[in-house]
This record gives sequence, C-alpha cells and structure tokens, in this order.
Amino acid sequence: MSNAQIEQLIDSRYKHGFVTDIDSDTVPPGLDEDVIRFISAKKGEPEWLTEWRLQAYRHWLTMTAPDWAKLDVPAIDFQAISYYSAPKKESDKPQSLDEVDPKLLETYDKLGVPLHERARLAGVAVDAVFDSVSVTTTFKEKLADAGVIFCSFSEAVKDHPELVKKYLGTVVPTGDNFFAALNSAVFTDGSFVYIPEGVRCPMELSTYFRINAINTGQFERTLIIAEKGSYVSYLEGCTAPMRDENQLHAAVVELIALEDAEIKYSTVQNWYPGDENGKGGIYNFVTKRGDCQGDRSRISWTQVETGSAITWKYPSCILRGDDSSGEFYSVALTHNYQQADTGTKMIHLGKNTKSRIISKGISAGHGQNSYRGLVKVAKGADKARNFTQCDSLLIGKQCGAHTFPYIESTNPSAQIEHEATTSRIGEDQLFYCQSRGLDEETAVAMIVNGFCKEVFQELPMEFAVEARALLEVSLEGAVG
Amino acid sequence: MLKIDNLHVEVDGKKILKGLSLTVEPGQVHAVMGPNGAGKSTLGNVLAGRDGFEVIEGSIEFLGQDLLTMGPDERAIAGLFLAFQYPVAIPGVNNAYFLRTALNAQRVARGEPELDAMGFLKMAREQAGALEMDDKLLQRAVNDGFSGGEKKRNEILQMAMLQPRLAVLDETDSGLDIDALRIVSEGVNRLRDAQRSMIVITHYQRLLDHIVPDLVHVLADGRIVASGDKSLALKLEQEGYAWLREADLSEQTRMAS
Repeated sequence: MSNAQIEQLIDSRYKHGFVTDIDSDTVPPGLDEDVIRFISAKKGEPEWLTEWRLQAYRHWLTMTAPDWAKLDVPAIDFQAISYYSAPKKESDKPQSLDEVDPKLLETYDKLGVPLHERARLAGVAVDAVFDSVSVTTTFKEKLADAGVIFCSFSEAVKDHPELVKKYLGTVVPTGDNFFAALNSAVFTDGSFVYIPEGVRCPMELSTYFRINAINTGQFERTLIIAEKGSYVSYLEGCTAPMRDENQLHAAVVELIALEDAEIKYSTVQNWYPGDENGKGGIYNFVTKRGDCQGDRSRISWTQVETGSAITWKYPSCILRGDDSSGEFYSVALTHNYQQADTGTKMIHLGKNTKSRIISKGISAGHGQNSYRGLVKVAKGADKARNFTQCDSLLIGKQCGAHTFPYIESTNPSAQIEHEATTSRIGEDQLFYCQSRGLDEETAVAMIVNGFCKEVFQELPMEFAVEARALLEVSLEGAVG
Repeated sequence: MLKIDNLHVEVDGKKILKGLSLTVEPGQVHAVMGPNGAGKSTLGNVLAGRDGFEVIEGSIEFLGQDLLTMGPDERAIAGLFLAFQYPVAIPGVNNAYFLRTALNAQRVARGEPELDAMGFLKMAREQAGALEMDDKLLQRAVNDGFSGGEKKRNEILQMAMLQPRLAVLDETDSGLDIDALRIVSEGVNRLRDAQRSMIVITHYQRLLDHIVPDLVHVLADGRIVASGDKSLALKLEQEGYAWLREADLSEQTRMAS
C-alpha cells in the first residue's frame, strides 16, 4: 500500500468514523490522527492548525516520556485517556452550594475565598453565579479601551489568526519535549493575550476573570505577546482548590517580550495533591518558556506550587535581546507523598543579559522536592550575569530535598553566583516561638512564611495574602 | 509562685538534674550559679518545657498548676518566660509582627482584648527606647543578623512586652560588654515588683552587682548544694567552685560509709 493510499484510508476512516459522531460531546479513550482531526474540526480550526497538530502528534509518536527527573511516575497509559469532552451541561452541574462537598467548602472558608466566588470555583451552574459575570463585563470594556486582547485561545484562533500563526510554537516548538508535543497535538483551550506597542495593561490579567477558563481541561495552551515597550502582569490559577476529574495535566505556556517590554507571570497551583497515603492526585507536566526577544525586555516568573501529586515544571527564559533580563521566583511545597521536580532554565544569548533565580523548596511528611536549574551562557553573551539562590526547608524526618544546578558557560566574561542552603525546620525555632505563647501550627506557619518571604514579595498584594493562607492550609498536620 | 520538688531530669539518657528542689515566692529574685555542666541551662529548659528534657522524677508547681503537664505555649500563657541564652533567629519574620502575634496569642488565651497595631507599636517603641535599642530592630527579621548584645536586648524587650509572672534569665549576661550589661540589667530591674519573680541563671557574679538577688543558690552535679544571700555569690567569685566540690565529695564519702 502506498503512502497516498494510507492517507486516503485515514481520511476516509475519519470521514466515516466521525461524521455522524461530530455532534457528540466526548470521544472514546485513545489517541490517533482521527482524534486530533476531530478535536480540530470540533473547534472549527483552520487547516494550518490541524496540520500543525498532526505534525506535533507524529513527532510525539517518536518520543518517550522523560525519566531524568527525580520523580517516581507511575506508567501513564495515553490510550486510556479521552482527549476531548465538551464542558458539562449546566443542568448536570451542582445547582447550588448545598450540593457541593462540604470538605471543599471548609477549605474555601479557611482560605477566605469570597462567598460569591465559591459557587463558581465549586463548579456550580453559571446561572447561579451572577456576580462574576458582571465583573467580567466591566473588565472586558476596560481592556478593549486600552487595545489589549485577552481571550480564550479558541477565540484567538478565530479572531486573530495572524497573531496566533505568527507566534504559536515559536518559543516552545512542537517537538520540544514529550509533553509539549502531546499538548501541541491535543490542546483544547487556554488563554491568549496581546498587549499593543507602548501599552501598559491597565489591570492585572487573571484567569480568574475569564469565565470560560474553568473548563480549559487538562491540555491548556497559553500565548502572551507583549509588543515594544508594553507591560503586562498575568496571574494564573487560584489558591482555592478546583474540582478536576483529569489526572494528567500537560500545559504549555509561551511568552514573547519584544523591545523594552515586560511580562510578569505569576502562578498559584493548588490542584488536588492526593490523600495522606499518596492515593490519587494530579500529575502536572508543564512546559513554560519566555522569549526575551527584544533588547532590554524583561520576563519574570513567580510560582507558588502547593498542589498536584507530581509536579514537573521548569519555567524558563531565553535572553535573546541585549540587556534583557529573566527572573524566576519559586515556592514549591510537597507534603504527604507529593513529589516536585521544578526549577528553571536561563539561556543567556544577548550581551549584558541578567538572570536571577530564587527558589524555596519546602518538604514535609514523605514529600520529595527537587530544584533543577540550568544557567547557560552562550559565546556571544558578553558580561552575562546570573545570581541563583536555592533554599530547602525540611519539616520532619521522612521528607527529602535535592538540588541539581547545572551551569554551562562558554563566555569567560560571564559572572555566575550560586548559593544553596538546606535546613530542617529547627526544633529550636519552634520551641522559641512556642515559649512565647504561639501554638505549634501558628509557629510552623510563621517560620515557613518567613522562609518564603523573598518570593511572596514578588506576588501582587492580594495574591501574596492568599498564598500565605494557602501554605498554612497545605501544612496542616505537618508537625506533630 | 514556683515549687520545684526533687526534680530528676535526663537528656539523651544521661542524668543531668539529680534531685533539685527550689521554692520561689512572689516578688523574689533568685540567682542560680554553678560550674559548667552543673545543669543550669537544663533547669531553664525544663521550666520552659523543651522537648528532649525528660523528667523522670519529681514535680514542678507553678501558680498552683502542675507545670509538667503543660506544653511550652501553655506555660507562656500561664505567665512563664525564658530569656534564652542563645536567642534563635527566624529569617523573614518581622520582629514586631512576631512579638505582637505572641502577645495577642497570650492575651486572647487569657480572655483579654487584643492590642491593635498602633497601640502595640507605641508600647514597643517605648520599651525599645528604654533598652537603648535601635527602632529599626523592630522591623528586621527576628534575631536575624543581630549582634550578641542586640539579641539579649531583644529578649528583655520581649519580657517587658509580655509581662510574665515568672522570668527565667538564662545567662543573659554572656556576651555583653559592661555598658550593655548595665542597660539590660536596668531593664530587668524595672520589671521587678511584688508580684513578679525571677530566676537569674549565671556563671559570673558581676551580673548580680546589677541585679541584686534575694537568694543565691549553687547548682553542682544536678543539685543545689548551697544556698545563701548575696554574699554567697561574692564568696564564689573569690574562691571559685572548688571548695564546693570538696564539700560535695566529703559528703558523698560520708554517705558511702
């Protein structure tokens, strides 16, 4: 059989297999080119994007899942996953908070989530969540006035195809890594941001306000473009635990900063971490990368990772423009049987490029926490500078902290500094706090928050307050 | 106020205190002196409730309560304060915030109203001023990068703010120069009153020139081997601890025969 014949067969299978099914809401588990064509068709995508997905899929088939991280990942059966399911119908969702798991509500209470937000986070039918709709509307008007585009990825494909086509996959190519390739093939939705030249985005952009962000699913795709001299601060995620049935998450985020542009990207990740015996929990394999294309551009990643059973994530910066700078501020907490292998890559290509890495890992229970970071200075990156500080805090005796710093420099004028500390939450510190009248949980929370201070101060104010509360909730029962 | 009766304490399986008894009445200041390794710091740690100091015999009664059944935070709330020999640094935690949280935790537990940020700061600044402490230390992280003298002043500041019923000062004089010693001692003396008691643990008599005790005890080999007034401290200063060891030895010899 010739190639052409095979293709024809595949095409016909697609036609006959799915034509009648195209109105159905879910594809059966499994992944092949038909499924990808189905997803693309379902979303009404242009031909080039379908092809882009297929090419990613073909590349993915030749790849194997990475095993170099210090993670114990159970085998994932990629044929057992359903790659498309339409959002739940409103009538299938809980109709009021009375129908929501009381445990979830208890956590919202501890985190101080506003009452009107709880319904939306718990997945209550939209009709019941009137407040956030009005918030979204005023928000959109304000952004439109500034010329900022902030929409779902699907909308961007329809309304701004030229921008999507120009930038999609330029920072994280389809074949970049196993999970990025998978995401490129099957991504369902995500966010798109475009800040025009010289515009300072008038507010923090948050997925919180994008009402359809809730059902972006397990393969999320985000693309942010900051034109010359523009500025945007983007907040991803939410401190409150969200309901999610999907175990595997593989998101891709691409940031592009042109001349003198600045992007601040903050994440709070609090997905289900599994129970205290290590059962269940989300596997989170994320590829995040920013391209400081323009001279004097600046990208800063701040992340607070407290959720997921497994976290595999290295938000990175390519410092291409001269005098560009990249920053990475991270707090990663693993409790019970959670595992995290996270860090960053700073690739210095331009002259006088600067990078700064502050990583704070906290391990409690049987948690395993690794920092993995690469600082690479290319030949032409004269006078590149990097400062790295990674600190680990251990709570209890069964947890682990590991540091894997890699430095590759081919330019003798580079200046690279690395500092690392590991400390156990001191019995001394705990006793000192308690001897002043603080109970053990308050004392632990205070010590841990102090440890994370340098990262929290990079977060927007309200986010920082939430992050502090989140650490306290996540550490409940960590001591004693 | 405090009644310690026949206290035996082990640390890592090693006996440190071997039948220590001590009674402190309201308003009294007791000095506990003794050679290195006698168990002076162990006494302070046991009173404050530190883990790893195992009481195998004896009792401690504090303001009518059984102290040994209480956690360290409960003891603080009941009015016990330990000024640490080596105050602990807590990086990233604002000193004023730490102290206010502790003070309000104690007030709430005692059913008193919380002190607001303004009221607290005014009071803290006054007390810090009296200790000739730089205001800036209130806004730095707890004991982080503090000099030895700053740490000790910070302990006394905490004591002044928390207003305990019984304060145990564990070698508060160590690492202080003459001026700092005077300032810290004055701070302690200001807190002396008829309702508040203190146990001053020290290696040197010079502290007792500034904080004049009502009673002086000598701790050796886990027990109090001599008690007396201030003149006992002077005798120790002149003659050292050797005569006590001899007396102790002869006593042991007597007991053995």
